[in-house]
Amino acid sequence: MIEADGLTKRYGETTAVNDLSFSVRPGIVTGFLGPNGSGKSTTMRLVLGLDAPTSGDVTVAGKHYAEHPAPLHEVGALLEARSVHTGRSAYNHLLSLAQTHGIPKRRVSDLIELVGLEAVAKKRAGQFSLGMGQRLGIAAALLGDPEVVMLDEPVNGLDPEGIRWIRDLLKSLAAEGRTVFLSSHLMSEMAMTADHLIVIGRGRLIADESVRDFVRRHSRNIVRVRSPQAVELAEVVSSPDVVVDSIEPGLLEIEGLTAEQIGEAAAARGYVLHELTLQQVTLEDAFIDITQDELEFKTHRPFGAQPEQEEVPT
Amino acid sequence: MTSATIVSLLPRLPRTGRVTQAHVLRSEWTKLRSVRSTRWSLVVAFAVTLGVGAIASAVVVNRWPHMQAHDRRDFHPLEVNFAGVQLAQLAIGVLGVLVMTAEYSTGMIRASFTAVPKRLPVLWGKAVVYAATTLALMVPAVLLSFVIVQSILSRRHIEVAFGAPHVARAVLGAALYLTVVGLFALGLGAIVRNTAGGIAAFAGVMFVLPPLMNVLPTSWNDAASPYLPLAAGEAIMATTPGNHLAPWLGLLLFSGYAAAAIGVAAVLLNRRDV
Repeated sequence: MIEADGLTKRYGETTAVNDLSFSVRPGIVTGFLGPNGSGKSTTMRLVLGLDAPTSGDVTVAGKHYAEHPAPLHEVGALLEARSVHTGRSAYNHLLSLAQTHGIPKRRVSDLIELVGLEAVAKKRAGQFSLGMGQRLGIAAALLGDPEVVMLDEPVNGLDPEGIRWIRDLLKSLAAEGRTVFLSSHLMSEMAMTADHLIVIGRGRLIADESVRDFVRRHSRNIVRVRSPQAVELAEVVSSPDVVVDSIEPGLLEIEGLTAEQIGEAAAARGYVLHELTLQQVTLEDAFIDITQDELEFKTHRPFGAQPEQEEVPT
Repeated sequence: MTSATIVSLLPRLPRTGRVTQAHVLRSEWTKLRSVRSTRWSLVVAFAVTLGVGAIASAVVVNRWPHMQAHDRRDFHPLEVNFAGVQLAQLAIGVLGVLVMTAEYSTGMIRASFTAVPKRLPVLWGKAVVYAATTLALMVPAVLLSFVIVQSILSRRHIEVAFGAPHVARAVLGAALYLTVVGLFALGLGAIVRNTAGGIAAFAGVMFVLPPLMNVLPTSWNDAASPYLPLAAGEAIMATTPGNHLAPWLGLLLFSGYAAAAIGVAAVLLNRRDV
């Protein structure tokens, strides 16, 4: 269980995380979604106490992370930025982390086997590919058999087989009752793995709901209709539940009716249709839509403020 | 692959350990011994302590018949012995800086402070492990160097015995001095957190500051110079009178500088974001 309460982090002028409150529950996979630079990695560093919040608070199992006597048993974390000495072998890297908690060597070998790095365990980590580095990071995260698994962009650099492997692993960890919290900037990845979503943009909370609700709320069906009688057709189908967009003369985008309904309405009046296409809005589109609303809101505000300031002196 | 097979692949830990200073010490020992640059720096420090002293003493033995009387009078058999120490302190200082800064430059510090979020045990662990390693290597290095150098010098009968006044203190003191050099550098590295900056700070304070003192009026310079880190530390190796502190007082003061550097680092470590 991770609980953030009014979490805020400023670096100089930049606000990376802005009044963020959420909780990540055990037993499910919670996706942490946001575009690059939206504050996901900062939030995770705040959870681990690597950075101190400017204001607000975040706890793991009711305590600050640093107050746990055995932190690696509480949270296993994979950060997006590399956290490995490039000159040290994978085995010695994991061993040095395990020793801080008195975790036996046997566990280190088990995890190297689990993530499939046996062949390169004695190689220096600096020679690892991105995917191997990711696997090493995941091994480090699971060393302490943690109650909370927190992974920042875990599928980065993994091949399709690796991506499926991590998906299955995370689901099984959640099924064991652990808290699984993973970030991504890819909505499609989240739809495959997560049960619950926390969406942020510009450091602010945008959505905190189940994936099912998010999908229901944001997936829309739009039908594209091309017709010489577009104007007449628009009048026929319009109702309070239907949105009709006139894209160009003779081309409509209609939301709120099925293609069948529109086709039948046109046929009943003898209108000619040149095109009738269902256009599905993907989750990816929905995600981009909602995060861009946030971006636009942010970038427009200074422009709105400027004229007022200029008017004062004149 | 089904979920069930993965669950069986990731076994639960039978028992829960906890972070203790002893555990962190073992971890830091693993870190120190498992990086190639560490091993090389220490091999270099060991080799130059022996080699440079041997070369310097061979040169003296060769030139001895042609040397002026006053040069012979000023000659001290321990000084050539410590020629290697002068070079070794550079290797040990640079490695001391790296022990901290390499964690920052590679990002390892994030893993270290995730495992030990109270942070200070990592600093103490590094200091203890590095000091113990340096001391364990440098005591035999200075003793071996003493045996080699003095046996070379004995060809002209200008050697000194280990039992002679101050000699044991100076020779073993050299190993202590090098250990404190390592700790001082480690503290500076932890403050600066950047390899280039750390090495510059170390070299600046140790080797650039003393000649800069020459711009001061002579009386001020003479009064202040013995208290600089390098001069204070090297007092432990002195066997002749001069403008330096008493040997143990000097080493104590130098240790104080090292402790202050590590102390400042500890305060900053708790305050700063990683």
